[in-house]
Formats: sequence, C-alpha cells, structure tokens
Amino acid sequence: MSYKIYEINEDLLDVMPQEIRDLQFRATWGNPKRGVMDLPYSKELIEEHSLCAGCPESMALRYILASLPSPEDTIIVNSTGCTSLVFPHIALHTVHSLFGNQNAVASGIKRVLEWRFPDKVKDVVVLAGDGATVDIGLDCTLQSFFRQEKITTICFDNEVYANTGGQESGLTVKGHVFKMAPKGKQWDKVPFWQIAIDSGCHYVARLTVSSPKRVETVIKKAIYVAREVGPTYVHLYTPCILEIGLNSDDGLDEMRQRDKERFAFFEYVSDAAKEVIERKKEEGLL
Amino acid sequence: MQATESVIYNRAGQRVVSPEYLLFEAPRTKHFMTGSEAVKEAVRRASVDASVSYPITPQSEAAHLIGELWVEGYVGVYFRGESEFGVMSEIAGCAMAGARTITTTSGPGTLRAFENFPMWAGTRIPVQLVLMARGVNSPLSIQPDNLEVGFLLDTGCMIWYAENAQDLFDMILAGFVVAEQPDVHVPVITVVDGFFVSHTREAIMLPPDDIALPPYNPYRAPMPVIDAEVPPGRFLRDPFVMKSNYISYATHASWQWEVRSAIERSRPYAKRYLKGLIEEFGDPSAELVFVACGTAAAQAKEAVRLLEDEGIKARVVKLKTIRPFPVEELKGAVKNAKYIFVPEFNVVGWLEREVRRYLYGHSDAEVIGSPRVAGGMTMPAEVIVQEVLKLTGKEVKHVL
Repeated sequence: MSYKIYEINEDLLDVMPQEIRDLQFRATWGNPKRGVMDLPYSKELIEEHSLCAGCPESMALRYILASLPSPEDTIIVNSTGCTSLVFPHIALHTVHSLFGNQNAVASGIKRVLEWRFPDKVKDVVVLAGDGATVDIGLDCTLQSFFRQEKITTICFDNEVYANTGGQESGLTVKGHVFKMAPKGKQWDKVPFWQIAIDSGCHYVARLTVSSPKRVETVIKKAIYVAREVGPTYVHLYTPCILEIGLNSDDGLDEMRQRDKERFAFFEYVSDAAKEVIERKKEEGLL
Repeated sequence: MQATESVIYNRAGQRVVSPEYLLFEAPRTKHFMTGSEAVKEAVRRASVDASVSYPITPQSEAAHLIGELWVEGYVGVYFRGESEFGVMSEIAGCAMAGARTITTTSGPGTLRAFENFPMWAGTRIPVQLVLMARGVNSPLSIQPDNLEVGFLLDTGCMIWYAENAQDLFDMILAGFVVAEQPDVHVPVITVVDGFFVSHTREAIMLPPDDIALPPYNPYRAPMPVIDAEVPPGRFLRDPFVMKSNYISYATHASWQWEVRSAIERSRPYAKRYLKGLIEEFGDPSAELVFVACGTAAAQAKEAVRLLEDEGIKARVVKLKTIRPFPVEELKGAVKNAKYIFVPEFNVVGWLEREVRRYLYGHSDAEVIGSPRVAGGMTMPAEVIVQEVLKLTGKEVKHVL
C-alpha cells in the first residue's frame, strides 16, 4: 500500500496548500469500496479541470477517478488531446508521452511493474480520446490487446478531433460534417467495441456517462478483470458540446438521447472474466 | 571489489561489481565473435531489467540474442513489439517504471521510431539504443550507411560511436553508467556500422560472465519514477503545459536547454568510463589528419599505414562521442594539421559539417569531406590513400 506517499511532513503541514492537505486527510485511499457516491463528501483526485464548462469528458474523468479500486497503486497513461489538458490536475502517477502511443507506453510500464513488484498489484489504466485510440494510435491499441497486456483501456469517444478544432475522426458518424470532411463523413463509424472483442479483450463495455453509478461498475469490472485475466476496453460517449453546437448544460441530455440509440449500453464478458466478476461480487466489491 | 565489502548479487545471481572493476580491472579472456554477439555479452553483464525487440536487418540478431538472455534469466522483461514506433514507446514505459532498458534498431526502423527520441530525452530516461546503422529508403537498401546518425544529432540523446566489437562491448556497459548519473539522466544511442561490425567476427577481450554492473536504482533519478511508490511529480492547479503565456514558453525552452546541459554534464563521466572522448592513432607530428568515427576510423588507420609507404606521415583522430562533441579534444588534436580529411559512410557528410562547425575560427587546416561512400559501398584503405594523394597534389607511387 503506497498511499503513504501522500502523507505530508508534519513540519510542513501548515504551509501546504489546502488541496494538498485534503489529499492526505479527505481523499479515499486504501478502500476498494470507494465510488462515485463519495464524490460530494471526499477530496477528489482531480483538482480543477481546464476543459470547457459542462464538458461531459470532465464528468467522465471525475467518475473514473472516483471509481478506481486502488488509486494509490494506479498508473494512468494518456495521449495528446483534450484529456492531456486535465492530466496535470490529477493527483496520481500519470504519463503523457506522444500522439497515439499510450497503449505501448502502458504495456512497458505494466510489464516492468510486474517484474519489479511481483507481490503487489499495480493497475495501469489508459485514458485517451477517439482519435488517439482508434486513428493515430490504432496499431498500439490493438497490438496491446493481441499481446494480452493486463491493462484497462478507456476511450473517451466524442466522435471528433476536438482539441485541434473539430476534424472528422474514425469514430465520427457517417454523414456528419466536420473540418476535413466538408462534404460529410463518407464512411461508417468504426465499431471499435466489437473490434476490441475480436482482438482479445476480456471485458468490453459501451456506454455514455449519463449514469455515474453505471460508469463506476463498468470501470471496476474492467480493472478487476485486467488485473487477473487480460486486456479490457471501455468505450464512453463523451460528446463535444462545443463542436456539435450545444450549450454548457446540454451535455447530459445529449448523452441520455444517445443512451437509446448508438450508445445503448452494451457489455461483453469472456468466461474467464465472468469468474472474476462473480468472485468480486461475492466479496462485495462490485 | 575489495575483500572487505560484503558480496551482493543481482537478480540473475551474478556478483555485483563496480563499473570500474568491470570495465578496467577484471581479468579478461580472448573470444572470437560478431558485433551482435558482443551486444549479448555486454547485456549479460549489465543487470538489464527490460528490452523490447523488433526485426530489421542488420540488428535482428542482436535483438534475438537479448531474447536468449531473457530465457536464461539475465533480462527481466523481453518481448517483440509491433513496430519501432511501438517498441521505442514500450521502452519508454519500461524506463519510466524504473527499469534499466535497452533496445536495438537500424535505418528505416530509426526513422519510424523518430518521434520517440526527443520524447525520451525530454522524459529524462536513461535508456540505451544500440543503433546498427543501415541505409534509409528510398531506394531500398539493407546495406551499411550512417545517414540516420545525422538525423539523430539534435534529438537530445547522447550519441556515441563504436569502431568495432570491442568498443561496442565496452561502450554498452559504460553507456548505462554514464546515462544513469543523476546529473545526466538522458538516453544514450550507441552506434556501430551495420554489417561491418554487427556481422563481422573479430577478437574481443571479455571479463568473466559471473560479474555484472550494479543494478539501476530508479530512486536516484532526477524525475519521479512512475511506480506509485514515490509522490507524483505533477499536481498543479494551473498546468503550464499548452497555456499560451510566457511561463509556458519559458518552461518548455528551459527544459530543452536543460536536456542539452545534461549532455554537457556527461563529459567528465564519459571521459572516465570511455578513457577519453577521442582516440589518437599515428604520428603526432603529422600534418595530415583523418577525423572519423566507426568503421571509417578503422579504414583511416589502415590508410595511415599505406601512406607511410608513400612517405607521407598521417594520423587518425577517432571520435568516440558525437554528442557531446569532443570540441576541446579535437581542437588540441588538430593543432598542427594542414589537411583534415573526414571520411564518411553517407552522402551528406554530417560529420564534416560537425568538424567544420566546431573548428571554425580555431584551425587553419583545410577541411576536406572525403572520401565519402554510401548505400553499402565499402571504403578500402587504397581509396582513401588515392583521394588524399589526389587532393593534396601528391604523386601516386604504389597505390593504384
């Protein structure tokens, strides 16, 4: 258990900023039952975020960080994009490396941590956008699935390159007009959840982040299965309200609408994953 | 290791000795092997934690042999990545997580991986890349050619150049020692010419294989290791990255300067563990000087012997490090030079440019970027001699 790294030297307590002191005294460490219900009562592992007001991705990040079963032993790897603006605000070990190499970096970290700490569980979680996961990083993403790396990959699908100003991505819906697709996208949205299953993921879920509790359950399942079995993949719809012309308070409604159609909740669980999930349920951890 | 010290073993069961003992004091025995096999023998004695591989000629054999070491328990983590881009990112992950890490590549692989090299340097990871130089596309070539080294010069990585298998063995061990110094802590790229060194068998002196370098201690690193055992490095209300303000620009710029400064700070360590940044060969009073690295230096040494037969005194200044560039050493070594020849295995003459840049205003000698071969051509000593005689206006006597 390494949450002791957040303990502040007593002599420095009075000069440390409030949010750093809160991390020691009000954050939820060492409690695998932590979850989104703690959000109003405990110190979050994300400080202020620098995304647009009302951005559903910021909601997703808060729910995910609140749901990590063992944040004190979790490494988060990300890629360039809107998410990378948030990473300096996260109180865990995070890595931003390049464009689209997040699953390769995560593979190296996970394997070395298993070698250096054979008696400890260190979770490695990848958080990246649709461009990083499915376009520029497709090779590294899929190859980490093929190699059965024990990492959890979470894709924030906003169906567009948002941080660069709204260009078409592989996950854009056919016909949608974005920059670089001025006549509308000419081909179908990539069904990446299905590709993840075919590529060897043991737990795959597709959902919006309209329901915090459901996000928590999915994230916990994905991390527990990755620990013991192999790669897991979570596909989250986090619409870019800016690029699709919605107001700051429209994000939730947009997700609730998509809950009924192309982001209807979908879950795949392999036999090996089922065993883990059942056991964790019996242990009261799910 | 002194008798009074307690004996420490690494995870492979080898006795841990000091770098000085391993490199300079341990008894050595003579072996006959290729450059690729020399890589294996160096890695065997380097307490390596992780390596990731990918096939490309001519470095594949070295990568296979590191895999054998993994099977034998000398290397902790080993697998084949998806491409050089993926491999260099995986290597970065391994190093961030606290591993002593090595990989190998060549030519097109180097170019495919390129985005990673400045990232390695900026992340301050002391990884080692053994680069077995090969021509880059197009047209397709698998032959020796070191154009790619010219591309790597400003990535923020240290660049060392080995002449032969012996150099390569010693440089790989010294490379980890120097790169991992807390005030250096940048990657080291150890270059050899593909095929000429990787595939050629030569005599090499090796210390015993039951001793090894002290294991890497990631907690001496200037950046927090990504293992959740130390406080995270960044938790800021207001991240400077990507903000359009002066602090953001200044932070990025000063970090880049710091990476270059780290390379400068490697000089005393490299001098110690490489026994100098240059090696001099031939008559110290000669006015004709070859400045070269790698196989070109080896061929220049042969040319010095032939030139002796022509009655011409010549010498070779072999550069062991290109980054840091041995500026003061080179200035001293060419004090009496009238002609400086820079023989190279590439069409652009990146070493000639470097020599001109650093000697500008410090030498009256004429710098001649010749001979230059590429695309897999060899550089016979006779060609060097002919070129020298032609360009210095001397009559060709023996060499045809």
